[in-house]
Amino acid sequence: MSDTYPATIAAIRAGLAQGEFTARALAGHYYERIAATEAPAAPAANAWLTLCRERAEVQADRVDALARQGQPLPPLAGLPLAVKDVISMRGVRTTCGSRMLEHYIAPYDATVIEKLETAGALLLGKVNCDEFAMGSSTENSAFGPTRNPRDPSRVPGGSSGGSAAVVANGSALAALGSDTGGSIRQPAAFCGVVGLLPTYGRVSRYGLVAFGSSLDHIGPLTRSVDDAARLLGVLAGPDPRDATCADVPVPDYAAQLAALPAGFRIGVVKEAWGGGLDSQVEATVRRALDRLAGAGCDIVEVSLPHLHASIATYYIVATAEASANLARFDGVRYGLRAEAESLGEMYRKTREAGFGAEVKRRILLGTYVLSSGYYDAYYRKAQLARALLARDLDRAFAQADLLVTPTTPGTAFKIGERISNPLEMYLADIYTVPADLAGIPAISVPCGEAAGLPVGLQFMGRHFDETRVLQAARLWESLHTPPA
Amino acid sequence: MASAVSGLDAATRAGYEPVIGLEVHVQLNTRSKAFCGCSTTFGAPPNSQTCPVCLGLPGAMPVLNREAVVKAARTALALGCQLRERSIFARKNYFYPDLPKGYQISQYDRPLAEEGGLEIPAAAGNPARRIGITRIHLEEDAGKSLHEGFADSERFSYVDLNRSGVPLIEIVSEPDLRAPAEAHAYLSRLKQILLFLDVSDCNMEEGSLRCDANVSVRRRDDPKFGAKIEIKNLNSFRYLQQALEYEIERQIETLENGGRLRQETRLYDAASGRTHPMRSKEQAHDYRYFPEPDLPPLIVDAAWREEVAASLPELPAARQRRWQSAWGLTAYDAEVLTGTPAQAEYFEAAAKASENPKVTANWIMGELSARLNAQGLDWNRVPMPPGHVAELVRILDAGTISGKMAKEVFEQAWKTGRSPRQIVEESGARQITDPAAIDAILDGVLAAHPTQVEQYKKGKVALLAFLVGQVMKASRGQANPELAQARIKARLD
Repeated sequence: MSDTYPATIAAIRAGLAQGEFTARALAGHYYERIAATEAPAAPAANAWLTLCRERAEVQADRVDALARQGQPLPPLAGLPLAVKDVISMRGVRTTCGSRMLEHYIAPYDATVIEKLETAGALLLGKVNCDEFAMGSSTENSAFGPTRNPRDPSRVPGGSSGGSAAVVANGSALAALGSDTGGSIRQPAAFCGVVGLLPTYGRVSRYGLVAFGSSLDHIGPLTRSVDDAARLLGVLAGPDPRDATCADVPVPDYAAQLAALPAGFRIGVVKEAWGGGLDSQVEATVRRALDRLAGAGCDIVEVSLPHLHASIATYYIVATAEASANLARFDGVRYGLRAEAESLGEMYRKTREAGFGAEVKRRILLGTYVLSSGYYDAYYRKAQLARALLARDLDRAFAQADLLVTPTTPGTAFKIGERISNPLEMYLADIYTVPADLAGIPAISVPCGEAAGLPVGLQFMGRHFDETRVLQAARLWESLHTPPA
Repeated sequence: MASAVSGLDAATRAGYEPVIGLEVHVQLNTRSKAFCGCSTTFGAPPNSQTCPVCLGLPGAMPVLNREAVVKAARTALALGCQLRERSIFARKNYFYPDLPKGYQISQYDRPLAEEGGLEIPAAAGNPARRIGITRIHLEEDAGKSLHEGFADSERFSYVDLNRSGVPLIEIVSEPDLRAPAEAHAYLSRLKQILLFLDVSDCNMEEGSLRCDANVSVRRRDDPKFGAKIEIKNLNSFRYLQQALEYEIERQIETLENGGRLRQETRLYDAASGRTHPMRSKEQAHDYRYFPEPDLPPLIVDAAWREEVAASLPELPAARQRRWQSAWGLTAYDAEVLTGTPAQAEYFEAAAKASENPKVTANWIMGELSARLNAQGLDWNRVPMPPGHVAELVRILDAGTISGKMAKEVFEQAWKTGRSPRQIVEESGARQITDPAAIDAILDGVLAAHPTQVEQYKKGKVALLAFLVGQVMKASRGQANPELAQARIKARLD
C-alpha cells in the first residue's frame, strides 16, 4: 500500500469500504505527518497541543472491523480530524489556549464530538487557538503562535488558526473550528482552505467553551466544499442539551451541491469596497465576481447601511457575554488556582496569572459595558444596532439569494506585526462579523492570491440556507480549480 | 447608634409607622434541577448530585425544566398574578465560591409574573386586607459553602454543589405590611398556599423557604417612605418577627436620637436577637444583569396558561368558605383544619363519609390532633384512616354508644387499628336504650341505696346525679344516661 491516501471524505470512505487501506494505517500516516509538521526544523507549525492517538486508533479499529465485515460505513468513516481546543472531549486536555486550563481534563464530550465519533471520524487531537477564541492571529495562545503553512513567518489567522493550519499543512484532512466574529472564515482565508460558519442554532454548542454565547458557532474547516457539506450534514441538527439549537430538518447538503439553479442572484455588498480593503485583495475578489457572472450568476449590488457599526456592536456584545462566561474561571473548582490568604486574593491572583492580556482586555471591556450607568449607552445600544444590521441583511436578501464580500480586508500578516495594536486587528473583522451578529450562514473559499498569499471569498446566505451557500461555494470552487 | 431595644415609650413608638415588604425565596419541589437532570433530593452526600451543567464546567449549557415553569406558573396564578407570555432569563453576575458559573440564572426586567396579591387576616390592630405582590420570577439556587465541620476548617472552606441549580421562585411583596405580626401573617398565608399548590416543601430549616425583609419607618404624617433597610437571614417565622421588632425599634430610636438612617443591608443574628450592618448602598453589588444568551425567551402561551389554571387545586381560603357555608363550620375550625393540605384532605374525607362535618371536626381537632401531637406524627402519617373517624361519628349519631363510650372506642381503634364498628360489635359495648332493661338495673340500684333514695324523695335533688352514676356503674357504662335519669325521675318523683 502506498503512503499516499485519498484526500476527500468520500474517497477515504470508498477506499476503506473496498479494502484498499485500513483506517488504522491512515491514522498512522496522519500521526507521522503531524510529527513532521511539528518538528523544530520545519520550523514547527506549533498547531497541535494534545494528541489522542489511542482514542483515534480505537475508533479506526472500529471502522476497520465494519469494513472487514462488509457492513455499510458511517458517513465520515476514517476521516482524520483535528479539534479546536475550545471543544470538550472526555478524558482529554481542553486548554482553550490558556494557562488557566493548561491541565484541565474535560470529563464529558461535546455533542459534536459524540456525533463525529458516531459518524466514524478519527479525532487525532486538539489544536491551537487564540486564548478562549479571542483573537485573529493565534498569537494570543498561551502556548505560542501557530505558523501559517504558506509562510511560516506569518500568522495563520485566528482564532481557529491551528484548525486552518493543520488542514492546510496536511496533518489533518479536516478540522473543527469555532466562529464568534470570523474565527473560522478568517483563518480559512489566510491559509487557503474552506471554512464554513453554519446558521446560529444549526449545530449544537454543548461542550464548546463559551466566549460570546449569542455569537458562538462550531463549524468545519476543510480542503473542499464537498467535505464541508458532508461534515455539516453530520454536525447539524437539534440537541436536547442546547436550548438555542434549532429543530430544523437537516437536508443532504452534499447530495445537492451541484444543483445551483441558473440565474442565481448574488448581491455584492456596496459598502464592502474601499476602507481598509487591500487593493490586491480587491482585485482578486473582483476577478472572481466576473467569473461567477460569466458562469451565469446574476450579480446585483446591495447595501448594508449599518455595516460600519458592526465592529463596535460586535465588540460590545461579545465582550459583555465573555465577561460573564469567563467568570467561572475563579480557581475554586478546576483549572489554575493561585495560593492566597483570602478568597478575594485567590480570585485576583488566579485570574491575573491565568488569563493573557487580550482576554483581560475583553473581560474589562465587557464588564464596563454592562455596568450600572453604562448599560444603556453601550449594551442596549449595541442590541439596537444588531437589530438594524439584521434588518439591513433581510432587505439585502430580498434582492439577492446570497451576498458576497472578501473574507478579510488583507492577507496573512507577519507574526508580531499587529500584536500591539488590538484596534487594527478588531477592524479587520469587518466582513466576517455581520454574519455572526445576524446568525446567518457564511463560508470562506479560496479565491486566488494577493502577493503570493491566499485570499478568501465569502458567501453569506439566509438563515438555515446553508444549501445555497455551499452550492455557490462549490460553483466557485469548480470555476477556480477545474477538475484535474 | 442604638445597640439594644430600649425603653421607647408607647406614644413615641405610636408616632411612627413601620413599612415592610418581604422577599421570599421558595425552592420548588421538582424532581430534577432547573437547568439539568440532576436530582434535587435533600441531604445526599456532598457533590453527589451534580453534572457538568450545575458544576459550571466549561462548555456546559442550561436547558429549562418544564416542571419548574409549571410550578412557578401555578403559584403565580394562585396569587392572582399576571403571567407574562414572554419572559426573559437574565444573568446576575457576582463572584462567590458556591456560585459555580460566576453568575446566577435569574429573571430581571421581564419576570414570569407580576401584579398579584394575597389576603391576610386582621393582625396587630389592622383589618384583614390584600397585600400586593410585585413580581414572581424563576431562578436557580446556588450551592452551599461549608465553613465548619472538617479537620482543616481552620484553613479551608468546602463547597457542596448539590443545591446548585435547584429551581427557586422569588416572590416579592409590595411594601404593604405595617407590623411584624402582619409580616408573620403574610408569610404564614403564603406558606399555606404554597403547600396546597404542592410546589414546595416550605421547610425553613432545610432552606426550602427563605425570607428577607425590607423595612423602614416614617412619621405617621409623612407621605414619604424612610430609608429602606434590608434584613437577611430570617430563617424562621420567629426570627422574622423578632428581627422586625428589633429593627423597627432601632430605627425609631435612631431617628428619635437625632440620627439618620441610610439604605443598607443588615444581617439578623438570632443568638443576640439583633441586626448587624452587612453592606451599605455604596458597597452594594452591581450585578450587571443582561439577558441569558443560552436560553431562549420563555413563552407561556394562552393554551399553556389555561392548562396550568385548570390544574389549580382548591386553595385554603376557598375551602374555608365552602366548609363554613355548606357545612356550618366556624371560621376558627375551618382555619385550623386547613393548616396543611394533608389535614384538610383528612377532614374532607372523614366529613363526607360521616355526613356530620361539625362533630367530625371536633373529633379531628380534639382526640386525633392530641394523639398525633403526643406521638410526634404529622398529617401525612396518620395511622387511623379517615373512614374510622367517620364510622365512630356515625355510630355515635345513631345513639348506639354514648359519648363516653365513644372515647373508649376511639382509644381502642387508635391502639389496635381496628374499625370502630368492629370494636363496638365484638365487645357488645352497645348502649342500653331499652327502658325495661334500664328499669331492671334501676331495681337493683334503688334496693342497694335506700338512704339516698329516702333523702332524694325528701328533696335532696342533687342525689339524682349519684343515682345516675350508680346505674352507669352497674351497666358498665352501657346505659344511656339521659334515659337512666328519666327513669329515676319517673320512679321516684
